[in-house]
Amino acid sequence: MDLDKLTALQLAEKIKQHQISVLDGVKHVFDPIEKKDPKIHAYLDTYKKEAFARAKQVQKGIEDGTYTGPLTGVPIAIKDNICMKGKTTTCASKILENFVPQYNAEVIDRLERAGLVIIGKTNMDEFAMGSTTETSAYGITRNPWDTERVPGGSSGGSCAAVAAGETYLALGSDTGGSIRQPSSFCGVTGIKPTYGTVSRYGLVAYASSLDQIGPVGKDVSDCAALLEIIAGHDPKDSTSIERQDLNFTKDMEGKLMGMKFGVPKEYLAEGLDPEVKAAFMDVLKILTGQGAIVEFFSMKTTEYMIPAYYIIASAEASSNLERFDGVKYGYRAKDYEGLHDMYKKTRTEGFGEEVKRRIMLGSFVLSSGYYDAYYLKALKTKALIKKEFDSAFEKYDVLLAPAAPYTAPKIGESLKDPLAMYLGDIYTVAVNLCGLPGITVPCGMDSAGLPVGIQMIGDCFMEKKILRAAKEYETCRGAFPTAEEGGRKA
Amino acid sequence: MKQYETIIGLEVHVELATKTKIFCGCSTEFGGAPNTHTCPVCTGMPGSLPVLNKKVVEFALKAGIAANCQINQYCKFDRKNYFYPDNPQNYQISQLYLPICHDGWVEIVTSAGKKKVRIHEMHMEEDAGKLIHDEWEDCSLVDYNRSGVPLIEIVSEPDMRSSEEVIAYLEKLRCMMQYLGVSDCKLQEGSMRADVNLSVREAGTEKFGTRTEMKNLNSFKAIARAIEGERERQIELLEMGRPVIQETRRWDDNKESSHAMRSKEVAKDYRYFPDPDLPPVHISDAWIQELRASQPELREEKQQRYQKEYGLPAYDAGILTESRSLSELFENTAQLCGNAKKAANWFMVEVLRLMKEKAMDPEQVSFAPEHLANLILMVEKKEVSAQNAKKVFEKVFDEDIDPVSYIEEHGLKIVEDTGLLTETLNRILEENPGPLEELLGGKEKVFGFFVGKMMKELKGKASPDAVREALNKEIEKRR
Amino acid sequence: MAKIIDDETMENVCILAKLSLSEEEKEKAKADMQRMLDYVEKLDELDTDNTEPLSHIFGDSNMFREDVVTNGDNKEAMLANAPKAKEWQYQVPKTIG
Repeated sequence: MDLDKLTALQLAEKIKQHQISVLDGVKHVFDPIEKKDPKIHAYLDTYKKEAFARAKQVQKGIEDGTYTGPLTGVPIAIKDNICMKGKTTTCASKILENFVPQYNAEVIDRLERAGLVIIGKTNMDEFAMGSTTETSAYGITRNPWDTERVPGGSSGGSCAAVAAGETYLALGSDTGGSIRQPSSFCGVTGIKPTYGTVSRYGLVAYASSLDQIGPVGKDVSDCAALLEIIAGHDPKDSTSIERQDLNFTKDMEGKLMGMKFGVPKEYLAEGLDPEVKAAFMDVLKILTGQGAIVEFFSMKTTEYMIPAYYIIASAEASSNLERFDGVKYGYRAKDYEGLHDMYKKTRTEGFGEEVKRRIMLGSFVLSSGYYDAYYLKALKTKALIKKEFDSAFEKYDVLLAPAAPYTAPKIGESLKDPLAMYLGDIYTVAVNLCGLPGITVPCGMDSAGLPVGIQMIGDCFMEKKILRAAKEYETCRGAFPTAEEGGRKA
Repeated sequence: MKQYETIIGLEVHVELATKTKIFCGCSTEFGGAPNTHTCPVCTGMPGSLPVLNKKVVEFALKAGIAANCQINQYCKFDRKNYFYPDNPQNYQISQLYLPICHDGWVEIVTSAGKKKVRIHEMHMEEDAGKLIHDEWEDCSLVDYNRSGVPLIEIVSEPDMRSSEEVIAYLEKLRCMMQYLGVSDCKLQEGSMRADVNLSVREAGTEKFGTRTEMKNLNSFKAIARAIEGERERQIELLEMGRPVIQETRRWDDNKESSHAMRSKEVAKDYRYFPDPDLPPVHISDAWIQELRASQPELREEKQQRYQKEYGLPAYDAGILTESRSLSELFENTAQLCGNAKKAANWFMVEVLRLMKEKAMDPEQVSFAPEHLANLILMVEKKEVSAQNAKKVFEKVFDEDIDPVSYIEEHGLKIVEDTGLLTETLNRILEENPGPLEELLGGKEKVFGFFVGKMMKELKGKASPDAVREALNKEIEKRR
Repeated sequence: MAKIIDDETMENVCILAKLSLSEEEKEKAKADMQRMLDYVEKLDELDTDNTEPLSHIFGDSNMFREDVVTNGDNKEAMLANAPKAKEWQYQVPKTIG
């Protein structure tokens, strides 16, 4: 049996039917991990021994009826900003090099109750700040489609692991596109849920008002099934929402006929790579061909999205990262004179350049005399952006956008010019500012053979609409090649 | 020298008497071993999140309603960012932009009469941990047991003009919080703390002078001394033609002086912004109505009631209501013995005397009301002499003994058996033939001599009235 | 005109953020921040006079905890990651006062 070809749901089904053991599935991801990961470096840590033991335990649980879920027995990788009891959680930062949480994130508890097997922690941009996974303090992750290119970020490790067949499923986190953009670069599917749908308890915060954990997988159904497992109200997270419609895998089949799609004209203006645009336009053709209605409309706040996002995200980050000070956990500088010197040395040595850049920007925009001009202005801009999305959703079921203006850039190109890198988040950040759900689905390839993704955006709590649209589109599109099949060989 | 007026505003921190911390399920109990009341939330672990304790909102509302405040029915939490090891997140969750209560007032009474002190705002926030200095290694050690204990900060307008007014204001707040049951306000345990904002201006001028803020004030006496000290310091500066600098000063009560808390490493720029982890709090009209309806009787109302219902003088009513716990003890005693005036008398004389002798706070008085009530009843029924009752009460006050069995066991009960009385009387008369002769001869002064002898012999087991009656009868008989 | 980031501003930001930069790093940080602020100045084009700032996307219903003790003595777990500890307390350089 070719386990590579199986989706997570198919693997779980075969496990349920006793055609494959849980352990076989787990072993099957450790083979590529051992073969490819020295090059790809999707993982910061793997738990082979524990995963094998856990596989046997889950197998027993399946036999005795403890585990009956749709993804029981499936191996999953976790982004390293999600706390796991007893497992080093670094956020790819030196400042947390030795931090071992004594508690589980809520999503980890949910995965365990659902009988999944956690196989390791994935690489990321330091504290999820970055769009390439190059700001990791523990080395870059390479794109399985072309190892000279970045996998995107910040959930680059999770997306690369799925793309390389080094796991069936992964969890990422998305603050400004950190699941949707690397999913596009790696040719996988990823969802950023409505804000408050998945508990943030145990997710090390970057920008609390924007962060959401979400699934990364091989296709829409796998992601929907994983989202169904991790979603749900958590009394430990005050921003967690009580929702009744969490059965995301239900009613996914449906016709595109009559569905209304909107495309912001400004998203297709200058800056969008022509090949990416071509792939995007092809999707529109498929959708209209299926009887969907696709309209272009104007999103006037487009050019203000990046400024508002970076002010808000940096401001929150500057505060969220104050707790890393060498007192309670993590790295502490070796030599220091007095308290404030200890703080400064610890933080200066412990944080990387990009993190420091955002902490400084965030401290500045909140500081006395500048709060109104920058931070408050950004919150007002956010209100205007939200208003514009609200009116768009009065007309359209789903909005369509590229996931990124280009395909995966070469390693070393992006960090040279931070501002240019930030501009690459143009299509993703507004979704976070407005709390909306978004999904990236592979939709084509550029001339270099690199995958292109399309982003479908729904109104708050309208995951089912985007899942249905994505699933139907996926069916029309047909099978998408894996990195192994389609990518340039390393 | 010119005449100066002192302008004082207060920031009072009150620790709320909730069972758990403001954002996590750790106990707020005072005095646990270091870090035994901590969890990921109150130690600022990565990924932990705050969840608001409903009781904190309720207590803040109760305090706000009692202080005649407006309520912000939509209020938010903000982060106050500053690095210090007692603050595990290096930001404190507080309220700046939309505090829960604002624009209220309380009335204080001083020797000059009644005065209103306006409340600018009341907001909810979390307390910091405790830092202690370790002499052995010349370092500091952090204990987060207090980290996250809920506080309300009560910010007054600059309406006070003397330390007397400040103390009256603080006593007013303390009494109010205790009556509301929202805080025990123990200064020695730090559950009530005050920062003093003070400036001086030439008498008769309108413009406020530059103010300083004084911290580290942990008793009413220290506050009074700090106010005097800072007033003098500022006047001295102005007299010398030097400016007062706006700064935070730390009062050292041992040295009776203050020093500026300055550090170039500590920029006073807190970068407040709305805490994204905590959604806004909505306070419904119904909730406010419910709290208003359940608001306990406060001191002023109680004072009125004592005068009207119990017929107590205003002075007594004032004393008896100074503390909620004492007033409750009094009311329970009065109810159990069915005689409020007698009970009030016991409190005004005996209870106050013993409290003063033992330098006790009203909260520390802890005898059972039925014990004093029973004692009062026994005196009323002439089962124990007033003299003995006072002695027995000391035992009740100190050890909360049951006076009924104590009186029984120690033979202090007044004897109703006239046999013993007659027997003792006859014996004493026989033993003192001379005075008896005089008495029979009509020398009334000697009557007192025999009563005294009898009382001594009977050790209070008979009432003076009974002794007098028996003596009269016997003299009649012998005449 | 966007704010000009001078040495003093940079110094102040470093005090607030508890970072110390070398001269070279400081120059680069200054330039980066300047570029960013020049860019976000774009927001000034937007008329937001009648717009309320939006801090929380949701938050129509209260999220409260009941006042019930749920945590016991966790000191071992809490101190497990402390870089320096003594007698179940976090050890830090001497604080002022």
